[in-house]
Amino acid sequence: MSVRSLLLCCILGCAAPAFGQGFAGLGTTADGFATPQLGQVLSFPQDHGPHPDFRIEWWYLTANLEAADGTEYGVQWTLFRSALAPGEAEGWSSPQIWMGHAGLTSETQHFSAERLARGGIGQAGVTAAPFEAWIDDWSMRGDRGLQQLALSAQGDGFSYQLVAKAEGDLVLQGQNGYSVKSPDGQASYYYSQPEYRIKGTVTLPSGPVAVSGDGWLDREWSSQPLSEDQSGWDWFSLRFDTGDKLMGFVLRSKDGVEDFSSGTWISATGEVTPLRSGAFLAQPIAQAEVAGREVPIKWEVRLPGRDVFVVVEALNPQSWMDVAFAYWEGPVTVSGSHTGKGYLEMTGYE
Amino acid sequence: MVLKLKEVTKVIAQSDLERPILDQVSLSLAAGESLALTGESGSGKSTLLHLAGALDVFDSGEIYLDDQPLSDLSEAARAELRRTSVSVVFQQFNIIPSLDVAANIALHARLGNRHDAEWEAYLAERLGLSDLLHRFPEQLSGGQQQRVAIARALALRPKLLLADEPTGSLDEETGQAVLALMLELIRETHSALFLVTHSPTIASGLDRQLHLQGGRLR
Amino acid sequence: MSRTVLSALFSYWRRHLFQLGALIIGLALATALWAAVQAVNAQARASYAKAESYLAQAEQRSLSATTAPMRVADYVRLKRLGWKLSPVLQGRWRNSIQNLDIIGIDPLTSLQVPGQTPPSSAGGETPLLLALLQPPGGMIMHPETAGMFGSGYDAGFGHLQIIRSEAVPVGLAVVDISLASRLLGSAEQLTRLVLLEDVPLDREKLVQLPAHIQLASMAEAQVDPGSLTESFHLNLTAFGFLSFAVGLFIVQGMITLAMEQRRNMFRTLRCLGVPFVSLLGLLAVEMGVIAFISASIGLIIGHFIAIALLPGVSITLASLYGAQVEHGLSLRANWILSGLAMSFLGTALASAQSFYSLWKLPILLAPSTQARGQQLAGRYGAWALAGLALLAAGSIALMTYGGLLGGFVFLGGLMLGAALMLPFCLWQVLHLGQSLARGALAQWLWADARAQLPGLSLALMALMLALATNIGVGTMVSSFRLTFSDWMDQRLSAELYVTAQDDDQGAALQIWLEGQGHRVLPIRSHELQRQSGPLRIYGVRDDATYRENWPMLEARDAVWDKIAMGAGLLVSEQLARRENLRLGDHLPLPDGWPGEILGIYSDYGNPQGQAITSLAKLLDNAPGAPNRRFGIRLPVEEVPDLINVLMQEFDLKRENLVQQSLVKSRSMAVFNQTFLVTDALKLLTLGVASFAIFTSLVSLWSQRLPQLGPVWAMGVSRRVLALLDILRSLLMAALTALLALPLGLILSWALLDVINTEAFGWRLPMYMFPFDWLRLVLLSLLAAFVAALIPAWHLFRLHPHELLKVFSSER
Repeated sequence: MSVRSLLLCCILGCAAPAFGQGFAGLGTTADGFATPQLGQVLSFPQDHGPHPDFRIEWWYLTANLEAADGTEYGVQWTLFRSALAPGEAEGWSSPQIWMGHAGLTSETQHFSAERLARGGIGQAGVTAAPFEAWIDDWSMRGDRGLQQLALSAQGDGFSYQLVAKAEGDLVLQGQNGYSVKSPDGQASYYYSQPEYRIKGTVTLPSGPVAVSGDGWLDREWSSQPLSEDQSGWDWFSLRFDTGDKLMGFVLRSKDGVEDFSSGTWISATGEVTPLRSGAFLAQPIAQAEVAGREVPIKWEVRLPGRDVFVVVEALNPQSWMDVAFAYWEGPVTVSGSHTGKGYLEMTGYE
Repeated sequence: MVLKLKEVTKVIAQSDLERPILDQVSLSLAAGESLALTGESGSGKSTLLHLAGALDVFDSGEIYLDDQPLSDLSEAARAELRRTSVSVVFQQFNIIPSLDVAANIALHARLGNRHDAEWEAYLAERLGLSDLLHRFPEQLSGGQQQRVAIARALALRPKLLLADEPTGSLDEETGQAVLALMLELIRETHSALFLVTHSPTIASGLDRQLHLQGGRLR
Repeated sequence: MSRTVLSALFSYWRRHLFQLGALIIGLALATALWAAVQAVNAQARASYAKAESYLAQAEQRSLSATTAPMRVADYVRLKRLGWKLSPVLQGRWRNSIQNLDIIGIDPLTSLQVPGQTPPSSAGGETPLLLALLQPPGGMIMHPETAGMFGSGYDAGFGHLQIIRSEAVPVGLAVVDISLASRLLGSAEQLTRLVLLEDVPLDREKLVQLPAHIQLASMAEAQVDPGSLTESFHLNLTAFGFLSFAVGLFIVQGMITLAMEQRRNMFRTLRCLGVPFVSLLGLLAVEMGVIAFISASIGLIIGHFIAIALLPGVSITLASLYGAQVEHGLSLRANWILSGLAMSFLGTALASAQSFYSLWKLPILLAPSTQARGQQLAGRYGAWALAGLALLAAGSIALMTYGGLLGGFVFLGGLMLGAALMLPFCLWQVLHLGQSLARGALAQWLWADARAQLPGLSLALMALMLALATNIGVGTMVSSFRLTFSDWMDQRLSAELYVTAQDDDQGAALQIWLEGQGHRVLPIRSHELQRQSGPLRIYGVRDDATYRENWPMLEARDAVWDKIAMGAGLLVSEQLARRENLRLGDHLPLPDGWPGEILGIYSDYGNPQGQAITSLAKLLDNAPGAPNRRFGIRLPVEEVPDLINVLMQEFDLKRENLVQQSLVKSRSMAVFNQTFLVTDALKLLTLGVASFAIFTSLVSLWSQRLPQLGPVWAMGVSRRVLALLDILRSLLMAALTALLALPLGLILSWALLDVINTEAFGWRLPMYMFPFDWLRLVLLSLLAAFVAALIPAWHLFRLHPHELLKVFSSER
């Protein structure tokens, strides 16, 4: 285990006597940090920017892309913020730690990279208007809102430069952006832009490839989204060929307690319906050995109320993000009652 | 023959002149026999004794110790001979000041691998040293030291016992007694005794007498 | 046979325990001092190596600033251009407990938290990194450094946790960069940027660098403590070697005596049939056993001496060179082996002559000791010539080579050459004395002293070397002390020194103090990173305090007027010597700083270069220079009141208010500690030499009876003989001391003018201390007196019988 990953343990699990509980220490108590309140109205563009009083926050973009020859690619660009203490300060004394993850996936290859920085000195951060999120030489730059984005990242063996244009409005997840994560009431603020048209270039060791496709941006912040008895999550963002979209997640419980699931149905016309807890069902049907552990790479996803009975399968089962806190994140294809594409994130598989 | 000298000559340098200190000397000595050598100071008595003890080298002739010709022997073989067959009672006793009487008596026998505690105790007893065994030489009189030297020489049961004025530090009467004792003891060990003295009285007590004058035997 | 011979050989030592004791003690002492010095050196070198490899691991290639400081903004800009860098902020942290070098790292970007090897389980490490990052932060330091801090340190903004790690060199603390920036008061600046990638940098990439930032190789970035401290270790080694040589004199004397006295035994053994070669072999075994026992004792003593010396040595190294050495002595094979080897080598050396003469020893005849002595005396002329040649070689080395090495060669030639010349000089003096003496007894006294010379000459050489070293080193240290004390009086002229908690308080304090009518001298400085190492520039007010007191070595006319106008600067002696700067030269500094050298001042005890300019010039170039320390001029009797008022008005802690007298006494304490090592070695060497004389006299004793017997028989009483014995011993010691004096003075000149200047970077004036010399001469006379006392007492109590023996039987 490298020192850096140890370090992340302590950053993300800071001040936690029960360190080791929950993925990346997300399931810890929220001493001193603000907690999400039901009924709080999100306001933009301010809420595109960071919320340093909350412990964790992320700007999370995934995209399913295709080259002219039909080759499929997946791209991830993520900036995490994790606070050692609430609040922001100028210079080195800033308690904010930033972490960037980038991924590029094809059917046969998967690349990942990671960047770390601390706040306060300008090495990494987010400004709301005009929008920019950056860490080192990676950035995601936008206009006033999140309508247009230019993003870039590079790591060992890969890079990408993409332009994204939103079609449609922001989607507030849960109850107007208040997204409950456990039966105990743990929650986060959560909104998304599920409908980006993306164009650009991905560069692999074999050379640059022009690509285009669809993207999905998630914005979430909280101080303790997981309950202490939850061990990880499986998160799906699916875009059906009908134009409907489904975001659903399962928070897996430890010790056989019932899992917690939730999600949002976004119709082709843009109508947003939060799913009631337990309505979204996901069952692994095939495992693969990934990075020395068993990870489900084929799922049966059901949403009986919407007649959704689909199989979700990884484009590349080895989409392992080999970063300090490793997890699985990659593009998926959907078949069954609906067809389409999407992204799957699975954390907490040890 | 225990000791045989055949026309032995030794030359020494003296103020740029070479002068034979021993000139064609021949003699022989059998086991159990005793021989006294008398002569003036500087007549070469001690030199002859040292030659017989394989301590010194000669210029011509031959010396046979126990029938071995000395001129053929290496330095190591001569040392071996001294260790096991010949013992010398020196004029200055040459006992080791840092060893006590008992250790001094045993020294030569130990070196020659002939250590025999009973025999050494008997010698000490006969020579009147029994009460002095744990004294050191500096605590002894000259006569006592002489007797220690005699005991050490006899402790080896040598084939040849060489003695250089062994009674020189003793008065006439004691000297006679010690000589008588030595003669008695060499009979017990079947040793031959070759004794150098300037005293005709002492010499007369031995089986044979020879006189050295001007490097020649008379 | 071997056992019998060995027991006969060893029986001698059983009967001569004093000789055995002297031999073993002599050899053990020699080994001990040598081993101690080696142990200290080995420890120090190991510490340097650790520090070096530590820094090497932490540094790799890095970017450093040249003409302008490296700023955080520079770092961020390069990061955003995609450079893989990790920032380092380094500096000296002054606090109320112990000043420390701190290295601030960014654990988020650095490949490794230096010195932290992650254990297999994560549990143990997490609190460490958490402690580093979580405000207010933690400090990783060596347990020895941590000892001064206890469980933590109250930094004013929180309780800093201390994390102990053997991997961090002593005197250094590794902290998170945020804590470093707070402790060093340097929010904007960085020391360097470590390159995390090992890829070659192409031109395209290098043009991205701002003009003031360059790729620095590690060698440039770091001043190597090794070369600086090497001279100090050479010094110690020379001392150890000297002590060893002095100890060998004892050993040589004892072995010669033991061989001499056992000639009859060797002869007898050979007569009894022990082959010569076996005898030599067994003698070698005997010496080997003695050498081994002595070496073991010596190593144990040496270990303790080293333990006693190490704190002093490490303070010396820290205060003179800024190099840190761990106090805890660890057993290292190299000094143990070197001690053993030296012991065996010394024994071999000391017994070589005896073995040689034994080789020549005929089986039947014991030559007279006296005759050999006379022969030896004949060689003194040759020795003296060899001594002269050594002196000449040393002087030539000094004149042609110069430098530290030349200086040491000169010292070696001087000491050894003088020692070799001593017997000849004494011989001549005693000869002269004899020819001038009237009266039979007086003539006999001189002649007898001369006759004793062969037996005593080695011990007297040892005494002379020890005395000369004492005079030389003593003069150096005392000169240094006097100079240092004067210098402190000039340098520390303010009556009270105050340290504010922060710049705001500093400003308030200054206004308040000036309002009270006190003269305030702000002590503000800025550290510039230069190719040759860091340079601290102070900005001073134009004040009479400086004009009247500053310890200037040389300066232009009206130097302070020019400084006040910002026309130039003053540099410290070390900086001037290191960079070969003279008045009027231009010191290359970033734009804006005045460069012309208007004066050079002495700055003792500071390993780093320093310069002074006007306060205005400092603030023009470094507006952010901390404004926290002040000197205050006021009547001394008002100082206690002012301290109380300041503590109340400004909530200052007592340790932030320091009186001049306290600074001086503290500095003197550091100074004294610095030369404790030298003092200790000095005394030990003198002790060993005295012991050498004592053993020589005692061993000569047995050989002297034949000479004393006739004199006694002719009617000189034992009491008079005993007194004459003491007198002669004093005479020899006094003559030796007399000859040691000029040697010591030349030695101190060489130390002050040649060695010091090279090793420390400053030259010191030489002061004479005749009373110290007198004390040393008296001390050596006392040593000789005590040494002679036992044989004299023996003589006085001697039974006439013993003297008569001389006539009855010559040995």
